[in-house]
Amino acid sequence: MIEFRSVRKEYADGTVAVGDLSLVVPERSTTVLLGSSGCGKTTLLRMVNRMVDPTSGTVLVDGRDVKEQDRVRLRRSIGYVLQAGGLMPHRSVLDNVATVPRLEGATRRAAHARAAELLEVVGLDPALGRRYPGQLSGGQQQRVGVARALGADPDVLLMDEPFGAVDPIVRADLQAELRRLQAELGKTVLFVTHDVDEALRLGDEVVVLRSGGVVAQQGTPAELVAAPADDFVADFLGLRSRQRQLSVREQDGRRLVVDADGRPVGVLEGSLEGSLEGSLEGSLEGSLEGSLEGSLEGEVPGA
Amino acid sequence: MNLFLDAWRWLATGSNWTGDGGAATRLVEHLLVSGLVVGIAAIIAVPLGVLVGHTGRGRTAVVLAASAARAVPTLGLLTLVALATGIGLTGPVVALVVLAVPSLLAGAYAGVESVDRVTIDAARAVGMTEAQVVRRVELPLAAPLLVGGLRSATLQVVATSTLAAYTADVGLGRLLFAGLKAREYDVMLASALLVVALALVLEGLLALLQRLVTPRTAAPAEHARPARNAHPSSTVAEKSPTERTS
Ligand SMILES: Nc1ncnc2c1ncn2[C@@H]1O[C@H](COP(=O)(O)OP(=O)(O)OP(=O)(O)O)[C@@H](O)[C@H]1O
Ligand SMILES: [Mg+2]
Repeated sequence: MIEFRSVRKEYADGTVAVGDLSLVVPERSTTVLLGSSGCGKTTLLRMVNRMVDPTSGTVLVDGRDVKEQDRVRLRRSIGYVLQAGGLMPHRSVLDNVATVPRLEGATRRAAHARAAELLEVVGLDPALGRRYPGQLSGGQQQRVGVARALGADPDVLLMDEPFGAVDPIVRADLQAELRRLQAELGKTVLFVTHDVDEALRLGDEVVVLRSGGVVAQQGTPAELVAAPADDFVADFLGLRSRQRQLSVREQDGRRLVVDADGRPVGVLEGSLEGSLEGSLEGSLEGSLEGSLEGSLEGEVPGA
Repeated sequence: MNLFLDAWRWLATGSNWTGDGGAATRLVEHLLVSGLVVGIAAIIAVPLGVLVGHTGRGRTAVVLAASAARAVPTLGLLTLVALATGIGLTGPVVALVVLAVPSLLAGAYAGVESVDRVTIDAARAVGMTEAQVVRRVELPLAAPLLVGGLRSATLQVVATSTLAAYTADVGLGRLLFAGLKAREYDVMLASALLVVALALVLEGLLALLQRLVTPRTAAPAEHARPARNAHPSSTVAEKSPTERTS
């Protein structure tokens, strides 16, 4: 569990990155910090492993104030996927993934064996291990970043826009893989993104931040979409954008979900006779706000 | 009457190389003095340069001091120190150290400073101590520029170590001054050529060293590798011969 208690961060130049924020990240769940660029997401994340010290307030990991813990020990016990990747260019991929176990005194052999396993866990061919980061694609590097973060088998995982540098298809792939991983490993994950779809897809809880590190709303993805607290959240989630104003249209015997411009975004599955029928009736008029989750396949026919 | 031919003849005469003040002894002395000077300069400059590069503090002061040191006339400083300490090696060594420090300092701190901030931040973030950040990340990545500084310092010192003969009975400078005194221009030219040759050899060796310390950022070429993704695992794993030891 991670807990922020009234944390504030004012940088030396007077920038207030985080105003006064309190937040609990429950054990074994994924909490997503969602907000636009510069709203303090990275700052918050780095408070957890003491890469940033809050100006005031406390951060607790598993009930212990991080300020009272040794920085180096703390950092080794927390997995951190950096926004910019941050792999060591002069070390092989395998060495990169083995970094923390090696620092902790594991033998080279043991650390490498574990690293090779981790490459597989994140869906990379272990043969890539002997390459150098510069010889990998952006998406492969990001997977290596995730593997490195998993290196010491941490309970807490901080992920700062880990899938930022890849195209939408690879991104969706990585997101699916993270969900699978999370289902298997059950880490406490604090995940930062400015991508609404990513937040809704990955978060058990989503925290929408406005600039200056202020919580605009916190809730499950369904809660946010169903009942945005205010215009800011509704706008940020894009609930009023034409792409999220969904309705159902019948074509060739199938029910297409289309956006406000009539562009198809998916197919409505499930029994059309029973209970669904009634609920659809009502929403056909306006939009399908809130029922995004689960019902959409996400595939765009003909794309 | 060709001076170069005479110099060559002098160099080719075995008896000129042997004995107490022979060319061989002078060459070794020259090398030892240069080595001593570069060694002392490195002990002073490299840690300081790495510290400045690592912390980013004191940069202006160091740049200023290095420029000032560059402006000091070596011969003048040598004379001053020699006047204070008397005849011997102290004067030339001090003067030559002052000559060598700026290049080494610049190489060290420019090298460390050139390391990507993101890489250093990441090293810290995964739990390296400051010492580990320096040893495992900054120094390896700074090594090429650092050795570059060593290279130019060595070149300057080897060329200028002839001055040591002003106040001490050492080095190839002795032959140079002896030739000057006796108007034996072939000896002068021969010793000058020896200095140049020594400088060139060291330059070659250090260039090689520079190549050796340049960190690998690419695995050895994977020859005749099947198309990407075609056979993902086995082939690659067997082919790459070496693993860099750290
Ligand atoms: N070291 C620093 N010194 C001064 N200001 C900083 C520093 N780091 C961040 N800031 C400022 O603090 C604010 C929050 O920065 P932060 O990096 O936390 O944003 P972010 O939400 O992660 O943005 P992005 O999505 O672009 O990564 C920004 O206004 C930024 O300019
Ligand atoms: Mg950020």
